[in-house]
Amino acid sequence: MASFSTTATVDDPRISLGGGATLPPVRGGGDDGGSGSPDYGTRLRRARLGLLVALTPILMLFVSFTSAYIVRQGLPTLDPRTNTLVRDWIPVKLPRLLFVNTCVLLLSSVGMELARRQIKREAALAPAAPVSAISTGEEKKIPWLAMTVVLGLLFLTGQWMAWRQLAALGYYVSTSPSSSFIYLLTGTHAIHLMGGVLALLVAGAASLLGRPVATRSIVVDVTGWYWHFMALLWVYILSLLEFAR
Amino acid sequence: MATHGFAGQETHAHAAPQGFIRKWVFSLDHKIIGLQYYFLALAAVFVGMFLSLLMRIHMIWPTVALPLVGEIKPETYLSLVTMHGTIMVFFVLTTAPQGGFGNYFLPIQIGAPDMAFPVLNMLSFWTTFLGFIVMLAAFFVTGGAPLHGWTGYAPLSALPSAGPGEGLGADLWIISIAIFCIGALMGALNFITTTLDMRAKGMSMMRMPLTCWAWFITAILGLLAFGVLLSGGILLLMDRNLGTSFFVPLVTVNGQLTGHKGGSPLLWQHLFWFFGHPEVYIAILPAMGLCSQLLSVFSRKPIFGYKAMVYAMLSIGFLGFMVWGHHMFMSGMSPYTAFAFSIMTMAIGVPSAIKTFNWLGTLVRGKIRFSSPMLFAIGFVSLFVSGGISGPFLAQPVLDIPLHDTAFVPAHFHLIMGVASIFGIFAATYYWFPKMFGRMMSESLARWHFWFSFIGTYCIFMPMHYLGMAAQPRRYSQFTELQYLAHLIPLNKFITYAAIVTIAGQLIFVANLFWSMFKGKKASDNPWEATTLEWTTATPPPHDNFGGRTPVVHNGPYEYSVPGAPRDFVMQSDPAIKAAH
Repeated sequence: MASFSTTATVDDPRISLGGGATLPPVRGGGDDGGSGSPDYGTRLRRARLGLLVALTPILMLFVSFTSAYIVRQGLPTLDPRTNTLVRDWIPVKLPRLLFVNTCVLLLSSVGMELARRQIKREAALAPAAPVSAISTGEEKKIPWLAMTVVLGLLFLTGQWMAWRQLAALGYYVSTSPSSSFIYLLTGTHAIHLMGGVLALLVAGAASLLGRPVATRSIVVDVTGWYWHFMALLWVYILSLLEFAR
Repeated sequence: MATHGFAGQETHAHAAPQGFIRKWVFSLDHKIIGLQYYFLALAAVFVGMFLSLLMRIHMIWPTVALPLVGEIKPETYLSLVTMHGTIMVFFVLTTAPQGGFGNYFLPIQIGAPDMAFPVLNMLSFWTTFLGFIVMLAAFFVTGGAPLHGWTGYAPLSALPSAGPGEGLGADLWIISIAIFCIGALMGALNFITTTLDMRAKGMSMMRMPLTCWAWFITAILGLLAFGVLLSGGILLLMDRNLGTSFFVPLVTVNGQLTGHKGGSPLLWQHLFWFFGHPEVYIAILPAMGLCSQLLSVFSRKPIFGYKAMVYAMLSIGFLGFMVWGHHMFMSGMSPYTAFAFSIMTMAIGVPSAIKTFNWLGTLVRGKIRFSSPMLFAIGFVSLFVSGGISGPFLAQPVLDIPLHDTAFVPAHFHLIMGVASIFGIFAATYYWFPKMFGRMMSESLARWHFWFSFIGTYCIFMPMHYLGMAAQPRRYSQFTELQYLAHLIPLNKFITYAAIVTIAGQLIFVANLFWSMFKGKKASDNPWEATTLEWTTATPPPHDNFGGRTPVVHNGPYEYSVPGAPRDFVMQSDPAIKAAH
């Protein structure tokens, strides 16, 4: 993460005549001195910061959808037959499958966390492994990453089946604003989760191609945090759809 | 040149590419990407300007067939309005100051070898480029470009049957905006991470040049705003193509029910303007940062109130998210809500005034050098004040309601958001051209360009305020036969003539730009005797910006006329100046 701690010593800094008091030398990020080939720690910190920043617009996207959800839910519409104002928001009972999917996603988040910790440990021990007797844990490695991908794909498949169930009940995208929002929110979430699955597949492919563990570790670490965010986001979406019908 | 502070040898994250494609097309180098953004904006501004010329000519000679478009029907005129606004706002005012100059100079000014995520940077440009192509494609599909204005108000924008241009053209328009949002978000991510994490040793946040602060705050605004526009775009596409009713109420088109019901056009307006107002600051903040920089450099004085300038920009950014409702006073909102938006809007006058007085304070008793970048920087301040002063008028619902749909509003926002930002782009071009291309631009041509632009701009937009007060409506394709506006025709003619002359004056700029690239006088590494880090490196900067070294910063960004210093400027990487005074 960005650091604002003091590490550099600079004499008599002076901002400007109009700026008032002199400032102590405050060191910003980039403790590698702005190097173009930063070390593992710097790369990891930068990638995590990048992720944190990237999550902001995703959050804004869903905040915006939520605001539209609340506004649209409260709107009446004119019934031309009776010339009266009526509500066209039909509360939809969510398929039970969505709750099963939630368990699958939360489980995948646990798997993701174990995979993240596993590869971080690997990355930390990698430099020492060739020259010492330290075990990297290779011999008893549980494939958490692969399990996370499988659970992620299972969740997406489950979502697809839930949409099919909704359609079978007669709730299509345009049936009611409530069903529009169900498809919109779950669909947008699914697209974002697909991005996470893709990143994990890239990390897996990098492993097969023998890419440095440090690079893989960064990809998995950042995807891990993204994955947890997606899990939390899903719980939020489900709560909104369930409790604010 | 003095010995600058540099740390040891460092290598760049990616090697300098050799092949043409990797070096100039799919480049990872932030400088090349900056130039790509700049030239994309240059192409876009000429398209946008051409469209405005067609509109102005049509307004006073409505029956004349015009080149490339032929006879202008009312719907053609509306599509010109739409495409002019969209192209200018997104592909010029958002693209050049941030994507162009920000990309090129942010890493160098903070002492970094590149952006934090070079691949993402390249993708952000090519995504934006794709967005531009899709936008232009809207001209060439059945029905042509959309009619709904750059604000895309529903239900017009949500109903393909609402008019020519609202079919495939409108779909392309929305898709283009969505693509642009994704590109802009990737760019913002890079700007923020780079600023927070890649500053050179000694480059504290409060030692960053104000340009860097402006790009940083602009990126934060983009990060918060573009996601909301994207959400609006997704809902709009669903309304248009999937039969949903987010924005469309029960409505008929040509006597036929559309099948939609219950949607709210105002919901679109809220989502759009939650993005739209910060967008104004996304366009102008980089110009504010740049002009702060230039006024200091060319007055040979520290910027007056550095910290106040930073906090003013932060306040403007923050307040910018609280005022979107002032675009919607006409929507019938509650007077209490309107009052709240009105107060918040007028509150923005405070940090804006702080900035303006600090700019003037910087000029006072300075040893002013009237070089071309400085002329445009002063021109920016002038336009900012002239355009800004009508802001408090429009911030009051009681005045906004009669003025809203008149020429007064275009006069206001063109001055402050449009031309002031463009002056920032010009100032940046004249200032950084020597660093980017290693040659100076012609100063005499630049002066001609300045006076054409400055006087021309005022001749176009000042009378437009009067037209608005005289109740000339906006968006009307023609009004020469309206009796009550007959007495305004001479003034409209004057504005059109001024527009033609001003646009012709821009050819001077283009000629100067391309001529100077190849024939301009060779530039030294620091021709303006400025202090920030880009002037410590070679001209043009090498692939890794500092030739394998990493700068160490010892001084603030505006150390001019420092008592006891050997020259009238102390560079940021010079040995630390002693506070002897």
